[in-house]
Amino acid sequence: MAQPLLEARRLTKRFGHVRALQDADFTAYPGEVVALVGDNGAGKSSLVKTLSGTIRPDGGQILVDGSPVELHSPLDARRHGIETVYQDLALAPDLDAAANLHLGRELYRGGLLGRLGVLDHAAMRRSAVTAFAELGVDLQDVGAPVATLSGGQRQSVAVARAVAFANRIIFMDEPTAALGVVQRGRVLDTVRRVRDRGICVVLISHNMPEVLSVADRVEVLRLGRRVARFTAADTTVEELVGAMTGALDAESAGGAAGSAGQAAADAPRKDGAP
Amino acid sequence: MTAQAPAPVKDRQETARRPPVPSWLRRVAAANETWTFGVLALLVAFFTAARPSTFLTRYDITQIATNAAIYLVLGVGMTYVIIVAGIDLSVGSVLVLSAVLSAEYTIHHGGAGSGWGTIAVSTLIALATGLLWGALQGWLVAKAKVPPLIVTLGGFGAALGAAQIITGGQDPAGAVSGKLQKTIGFGKLFGQIPWLVVIAFAATLVFGLVLAFTRFGRYTYAIGSNPEAARRVGINVDAHLVKVYALVGLLSGLGSVMWLAYFGTTSIAGHSTDNLKVITAVVLGGASLFGGRGSVLGTVIGVFIPAVLSTGLIIMGVQQYWQDVAIGVVLVAAVYLDQFRRRGRDHG
Repeated sequence: MAQPLLEARRLTKRFGHVRALQDADFTAYPGEVVALVGDNGAGKSSLVKTLSGTIRPDGGQILVDGSPVELHSPLDARRHGIETVYQDLALAPDLDAAANLHLGRELYRGGLLGRLGVLDHAAMRRSAVTAFAELGVDLQDVGAPVATLSGGQRQSVAVARAVAFANRIIFMDEPTAALGVVQRGRVLDTVRRVRDRGICVVLISHNMPEVLSVADRVEVLRLGRRVARFTAADTTVEELVGAMTGALDAESAGGAAGSAGQAAADAPRKDGAP
Repeated sequence: MTAQAPAPVKDRQETARRPPVPSWLRRVAAANETWTFGVLALLVAFFTAARPSTFLTRYDITQIATNAAIYLVLGVGMTYVIIVAGIDLSVGSVLVLSAVLSAEYTIHHGGAGSGWGTIAVSTLIALATGLLWGALQGWLVAKAKVPPLIVTLGGFGAALGAAQIITGGQDPAGAVSGKLQKTIGFGKLFGQIPWLVVIAFAATLVFGLVLAFTRFGRYTYAIGSNPEAARRVGINVDAHLVKVYALVGLLSGLGSVMWLAYFGTTSIAGHSTDNLKVITAVVLGGASLFGGRGSVLGTVIGVFIPAVLSTGLIIMGVQQYWQDVAIGVVLVAAVYLDQFRRRGRDHG
């Protein structure tokens, strides 16, 4: 397979006595949807926060396009084209969709006004309308406060914000957890559409059938460590659950269903290699 | 991706069910300013109808505007603070401290007969005192994470205490240059509009525009609405909070200059309820104490409601203490409505 877009090698993170990550590895390739699954406390959130620059690892390496990078803040991650859709969406409910889309990346008027920090509301609105249209999101009024939108629409705003600015990777933390059936379908469509634009989507989810329907690959975390990798097409829910609960440790066993090819392309690992 | 077709259709059905009201009209109707302005207009209409010959003569309007000018300046700063979900109880005391420090300079540099040089320096002292005091309170809120209610309650007492230590508790004589009083205090632009009103209007306009149209304003709303989200998109939340509290301090300093120019004395004991009056005006103007909402236009309306009410009641011959009762009731009602609508909105 091609060179990994983003790679985490042997990341460790401790919170007091809790070891959130213990030599955790993670790999994402260009143009794929890779699901990150694991039981509660497996380290999914810690891994995502580390890779999106929110928390700093105690040890290990993060590589973007094969070269090591330091992510001191979410802004650093953004500079590498990495965006995150947080589980709580991180929207400002009193601001409208266009303002939220451009929050922290406002567009300014030309000339002196722009230098005084005067915003170009019209341009931001236009660009928001374009961004939503590209995702197939039907927002009637990008000028309405986000608080007045439905849960699905809010989700769309958060996703559109990430998509509008990400050029490499989007992390989506449980993007469908709070949604109804129809809205869930739309978010998953969005995930596919983003992938089709060549952006890698890392999907964190608890919903195994959903993971298998939308992801190209699945990486499984358990106790702060990657324990298995699967190609979604050849995998069953039972296998995923087996890996999550520890009944199956493909990574240590040296390649289970569908992951053998990738394991060969991967750097050698110390943990439990036979 | 076969599932994507039906979904937009569903949304279009939702659209069809809504009454065909243009979105700008819906937004105007939903805006707090619309409702508060309605209340103000009703009050004016009522008093005008009740006393057509006496209410709202030109003298009245000028008097109402002059009385409101200083509260308006403080209110503009308070609007920013309340939008970032903070509060500033110290405005009146900071005004007094700024006035006292500027008066001390004037007293030692010519007193009532001093010239423009002294006026300029004493004005700068007043502005700088407010700015620094506000910035310190902002730092305590943002960096030391002390709740703004406590920080500014402490500031309220400390600033007043400091002013009393400096003056021995007495309003000093010769606190203001006579020239400042004659020009800014009682002077009128084109012989028509009091300078006090012009200054208040200018400050209101500038900071109203900043709030509505610039990045500074946008970040103010964003931080009040969801500070964590603001932080995650890279906004320097702490620095912004310091700036906001510094701004309200600066405007308190400006208020002290206006006060000195108009009244000619520091009035150390006369500002203990400024904070409540100003917060009332801002909240009447539709700002939410939970942050994220409010506007300078709303605050302007909120400042004028009590001003019109008190003038109207005096003209009607009603005991003016009824004003305090009326304002209290309206304030609680306004916050209740805000809660009610917020709840409705967050569920819808």
